[in-house]
Amino acid sequence: MKIPNINIKKIENLLKEDKRLDGRKPFDYRDIIIESGISNNAEGSSRVRIGKTEVIVGVKMAIQEPYPDHEDEGTMMVGMEFNPICDERYEAGPPKINAIEVARVVDRGIRESKVIDFKKLCIKEGEKVWCVMIDIYCINDDGNVFDASALGAITALRVAKMPVYDEKTEKVKFGEFTKNPLPLTENITFSMTFYKIKDKFIIDPNRDEEDTSEARITIAISCPKKDKIINAMQKGGITPILTDDLNKIVLESEKVYEAVYPNLNKKIEGLK
Amino acid sequence: MPYTKRPDKRKMDEIRGIRAEVGIIPNANGSALFAFGDTVAIAAVYGPKPLHPQHLQEPDTGIIRCVYNMLPFSVTERARPGPSRRSKEIGLVSGNALAAVVDLKRFPGTVIDVEIMILQANASTRCAGINAAAMALADAGIVMKEMVTSVSIGKIDDKIVTDVVGDEEYYSEGEGSTDIPFTITSNSKAITHLQLDGKIQVSRFKEAVEAAQKACAKVLDYQIRALKGEKIDETKK
Repeated sequence: MKIPNINIKKIENLLKEDKRLDGRKPFDYRDIIIESGISNNAEGSSRVRIGKTEVIVGVKMAIQEPYPDHEDEGTMMVGMEFNPICDERYEAGPPKINAIEVARVVDRGIRESKVIDFKKLCIKEGEKVWCVMIDIYCINDDGNVFDASALGAITALRVAKMPVYDEKTEKVKFGEFTKNPLPLTENITFSMTFYKIKDKFIIDPNRDEEDTSEARITIAISCPKKDKIINAMQKGGITPILTDDLNKIVLESEKVYEAVYPNLNKKIEGLK
Repeated sequence: MPYTKRPDKRKMDEIRGIRAEVGIIPNANGSALFAFGDTVAIAAVYGPKPLHPQHLQEPDTGIIRCVYNMLPFSVTERARPGPSRRSKEIGLVSGNALAAVVDLKRFPGTVIDVEIMILQANASTRCAGINAAAMALADAGIVMKEMVTSVSIGKIDDKIVTDVVGDEEYYSEGEGSTDIPFTITSNSKAITHLQLDGKIQVSRFKEAVEAAQKACAKVLDYQIRALKGEKIDETKK
């Protein structure tokens, strides 16, 4: 969306000195608040607020036939919607490309890291597996919905409890949960999106900064052992990103991960 | 066995613990959260703003466009995202329930968008949604002739109950279950929305209306307190 040129100039000029309108440094996040238990009918649910940006995420599970090429593995899907509730710029109707992109990027960060232990979600090989359905809703869009969505999805997965499966009727007892958590591995991803403004990069833009930016790059990192591993990346926007810049961002993402993630990890553990 | 005890041990005319708060969505002109126990609704209001496409504009009045959206994870078995026949109907009747008290003639050619989301559902979702939406309209500073308040009255077996929960909706013994959501204006006590599912004797309908009037007066008090800035949460009691 177009914002006044004077705002764009202000943001660009401040960034020349590595400054931002709200006083943050380029790679600082706004305050992040994570909560769980948004819906007691969901297997897991979360609310993530980054500054004024807010998303809520719910995990529901159901039984499905497995894919023919992965007969002993569960499946997952991610849905995302920008409803008109979160900002005037969004219209009612089926998810449009911007929401689909968020869903796909979040999906990749979870799927490729293999954070969900799909083998443990097999009930009967070739016939019945669990499907994990993650639904993301933006409640207030003040920039950086990408990172809020990814964090919300991971949080909802980490607090999720398995539903009750009735072996006799071979059906799910909806509304009843076991005490068992959803089987996850150590490969928990944290997703960071870097936004390019002129020749500078920032993280966690607010509304005006996001609208000023011409390109972005999302990096999902997990750290199962000692080394940090990139599990998913996505460049967005038209303006190209130079190779040198890309290398710098990748190195920077490791630093941001170390600065931000351990604290968030503790918060999420506290929600269980 | 006659229906003597409610599943959550409430009295027949007792409302679940209420949660009410306004100003929860910074981008919106007005917003609110309203919960009857574990039925949680949020609402946002955007507008009045020019209505597009233009041919929908009314030259002498504004309109309310209300969308009711039940989130997939708000219910026990995942609901398909996006509009359904059910959600479209509820959006329509909720919008009508609100339009009756908004001075729309002041805003010709415009639309007021009212967005309702159900985060967690245990019956009476449309009532919680309308209550949240009415608070969001007031929070947006839109001229209203009076407030509206919504509550569901049920007849479970032969008992008239206030604020129906999910387990009661499925009660099948005796005379079964009847669900009657009402929306009532604050001053003139007029009904702006009414639906009925089930069966109730004509002679007993009056009791349901009286129960609704009584319950709405109580809920109205919470709406007004929240609009004055109080954050109320009695759902855990």
